[in-house]
Amino acid sequence: MTSSAIPGTASGTPPGPGPGTAGTGVLSLRGVSKQFGAVAALSGIDLDVAAGEVVAVVGDNGAGKSTLVKILSGVYAPDAGTVSVHGREVSFDSPGAAHALGIATVYQDLALCENLDVKANLFLGQELRPWMLDDVAMEKRSWELLRELRARIPSLDVPVAALSGGQRQTVAIARALLGRPEVVLLDEPTAALGVAQTAEVLNLIERLRDNGLGIVMISHNMEDVRAVADRVAVLRLGRNNGVFDARGVSSEEIVAAITGAADNAVSQRATRRAAIPREEEEQQ
Amino acid sequence: MTSLGSPVAAATGRPDEPPAARHGFRDSVRGTVRRARDGDLGMLPVVAGVVVIWTIFQSLNRTFLSSTNLVNLAFDMVPLGVIALGIVCVLLVGQIDLSVGSVSGVAAATTGVVMVRHEQSVWLAILVAAGVGALIGWLYGQVLNRFGVPSFVVTLGGLLAFLGTQLWLLRGQNAINLPYDSGLVRFAQVWFVPDVAAYALMLLAAGGFLAVGLTRARSRRRAGLSSVSPRWLAAQSLALAAALLFAVYYLNRTRGVPWMFVLFVGLVLILHYVLTRTGFGRSLYAVGGNAEAARRAGIDVRGVYTAAFVLCSTLAATGGVLAAARLAAANQSTGTSDVNLNAIAAAVIGGTSLFGGRGSAFAALLGVVVIQSISSGLTLLNLDSSYRFVITGCVLLVAVGLDSAARRSRQAHGRG
Repeated sequence: MTSSAIPGTASGTPPGPGPGTAGTGVLSLRGVSKQFGAVAALSGIDLDVAAGEVVAVVGDNGAGKSTLVKILSGVYAPDAGTVSVHGREVSFDSPGAAHALGIATVYQDLALCENLDVKANLFLGQELRPWMLDDVAMEKRSWELLRELRARIPSLDVPVAALSGGQRQTVAIARALLGRPEVVLLDEPTAALGVAQTAEVLNLIERLRDNGLGIVMISHNMEDVRAVADRVAVLRLGRNNGVFDARGVSSEEIVAAITGAADNAVSQRATRRAAIPREEEEQQ
Repeated sequence: MTSLGSPVAAATGRPDEPPAARHGFRDSVRGTVRRARDGDLGMLPVVAGVVVIWTIFQSLNRTFLSSTNLVNLAFDMVPLGVIALGIVCVLLVGQIDLSVGSVSGVAAATTGVVMVRHEQSVWLAILVAAGVGALIGWLYGQVLNRFGVPSFVVTLGGLLAFLGTQLWLLRGQNAINLPYDSGLVRFAQVWFVPDVAAYALMLLAAGGFLAVGLTRARSRRRAGLSSVSPRWLAAQSLALAAALLFAVYYLNRTRGVPWMFVLFVGLVLILHYVLTRTGFGRSLYAVGGNAEAARRAGIDVRGVYTAAFVLCSTLAATGGVLAAARLAAANQSTGTSDVNLNAIAAAVIGGTSLFGGRGSAFAALLGVVVIQSISSGLTLLNLDSSYRFVITGCVLLVAVGLDSAARRSRQAHGRG
């Protein structure tokens, strides 16, 4: 990822996916809506993900991010709209079906069994030779996968409970890749991680992109989004609120799109802090 | 840009390289020592516990470690041990079955009714009893899955209901005596492995251990993965063979090795295989460790719960049949009193976690050796059950305490 953001060229006009671009990506959503009783969690969402592209989906709490994740991972079925993979309309109603279509999800809570070791977690539910487990083949494949991800996992025999947060995130991502998906959906991949671990996971995401996978990353963290995303799709109150080129947009603009106003709590705070001299701040 | 899984990508990795594959004797020994130091003691504390208990009872009563008493011990531990095997299954998925005693009692009564009242064959009696057990387990699974009633409550209800069923089956009779000349009773009282066959069986066991270990080590070495050194495996097999042969020699000085004990060890080995080498076994651990993660990984969590309860109740029923055979009678007190808690205590003392996801088939074997040794030793000292209850309770506390300490150590050393 080159961070050659061209200063000054940021443009607030969302280039938004026009109807003409439909079907060019691996995954495209058109007019996806989901109601919960009287509440419209999502209405008319469009989203395109191309191969070798990281699309960040950002939004405030209640913007519909989790609902979108659940629709794409097969937990909920949309009420209206279409989901297409390679231009072909698909519908799926279980996590397994989504996975079979090439959409793998890495959940925010990772969904790992802490009492099992790394390779058991990687192959959980899809063990090789279930009546006489083929440990050798599974361990070999696990090492291959982790090697491609350049992940630092000390041993495959340790229970996941013994791994650090970043390592667990790596294991969860590796597991998602086991079925050779085309789109990987990452729900808040860096939320629970420290600085160094966050950087490692971001590197990992770039490697996946370079391998030609389409990545959807749900995130709260503007820095991470700008560090790794190619495009940023903003959700606000269950609707699309602009798609930005990550290279040409500032954090302030994204925040403005998230909150729906250029003059928001975040920008006010930033202005206030800029006004306070540094020494004074340290004394407090 | 390399696609995932290509050999090119596989050859370029560096910081992620698996630790250089190790195959040496020293590495194997070192690995074992390191794991032990990190709190991954495995079966060591229980074995140490058995040694302590045996030493104490032997110093109090010279006949405790006599061949005769150990043969009796080998007989007496089997019914409880088989029940404890089932308990391991439900504890692994993070559930509990408090009714195994009653279920074993129902199975014993069923055996008596089918064999004696209806004069059917032994095999039919065993089959019906095991079927009743499986049905009860299936029922528990359904109640748990459909109504979400905690297994603690479901099986507490089962404890009473099946105790009632047992009494109803025996209607008016205190006991149904099983004929002494039936194969089942003889199996549980006087059938021993012939001396030479027993030695051969032990050599076969040690040889099998070595063969399985070597095969696995070879295929791992071929795949470029770390493996256990053949010399270390040979040393282990030799030690195993020596221990087994000595045990057989000692038991053969009097009556010998009971077939019933061989059956129990066979069941332990089968369950061990299922738990460690099959996808089903792995799903038991996964559900016990994190049921939601298991569900998202595509595991049929409800099916796993049902299977665990069916296994548990079937094994409990089998234990009940063996208990009746051992006594040559199915009576009103078969499976009552402390059977429930002893079976659970055996599984826990052997190292099965009450919180799910941790344990093994050997836990039942070692745990029941502890429980039955205490019971036998106190009987030899002419102490009544009041002492036995208190002492068994204390040992359970010590076992759980040791397990917690080891668990803390594991966490401190980052081994989960």
